Amino acid sequence: MVTVATFGWAGGGARLDDVLSIDRSIIDAIVAHVRRDHPDEACGVVAGPVGSDTPTRHIPMENAARSMTFYEFDSMEHLRVWRELDDRDEEPIVIYHSHTATEAYPSRTDISFAGEPGAHYLLVSTREPDAEEIRSYRIVDGAVTEEPVRIVDAAVDPNAVQSYMFGQSPATVDYECSDR
Amino acid sequence: MAIEVRIPTILRSYTGGAKVVEGAGDTLADLLADLDSRHAGLRGRLVTDAGVLHRFVNVYVNDEDVRFLGALDAKLNDGDSITILPAVAGGAFGFAAAAAIASHTVATRAAAAR
Repeated sequence: MVTVATFGWAGGGARLDDVLSIDRSIIDAIVAHVRRDHPDEACGVVAGPVGSDTPTRHIPMENAARSMTFYEFDSMEHLRVWRELDDRDEEPIVIYHSHTATEAYPSRTDISFAGEPGAHYLLVSTREPDAEEIRSYRIVDGAVTEEPVRIVDAAVDPNAVQSYMFGQSPATVDYECSDR
Repeated sequence: MAIEVRIPTILRSYTGGAKVVEGAGDTLADLLADLDSRHAGLRGRLVTDAGVLHRFVNVYVNDEDVRFLGALDAKLNDGDSITILPAVAGGAFGFAAAAAIASHTVATRAAAAR
């Protein structure tokens, strides 16, 4: 069913939860980061306790590619942050990046490189200057499954959410494309 | 001679779920061959058919990116700690173009490090 080139990455398993619950303050920090780096793509992680599926600690990462159409964690920063997660009994709950001129949907590049089957892949589109499109996906073995994003903040004014557009479709999306 | 190797989640299907395994070898290539003898298929996820490290796999010897230590020829010593991490990368760009840019980036960085 799925034939996107995945650089040999496969296996692992998605979590059972099919929703990303995330605190509003973290979404705000992510949006601030991707806006700051626009028109380059921005990327980062939200860590949380192992097994909790709860993102609690926002870690903006450097985009070593410094590109409007590509992102890559700096390899040394990646090592340092992943070790820190280990030391703190945390794991990457959310891996996010921005698309600065296209929709917040995983590109074939995103799908090919997705190497953390347990993570929520959060995409933020900054193509509109006054609103962000924020969507979340599971990417496992080249298969993309969109999931709802639930903002967790009882105190928040619901009107404040209007600057963000959360879209999702329930279906699993399968890509087919030729190999490299 | 024992070298500790930290395995990322996505490759633990090859190690029976183990997060850390041990191996031996004078170079990274030797170590991966040794690991593959007990964890069949692991090497094939890290090394291309052309016999080089996959571009989007990061391998570290202690605190160094192995690309700056000679890649598969990197010399290893007893007590070294190897960490394998799948690169976190992507973006809106088309696949072929992204791969071309990324390989250029790494070549540039490797040159700068010399």
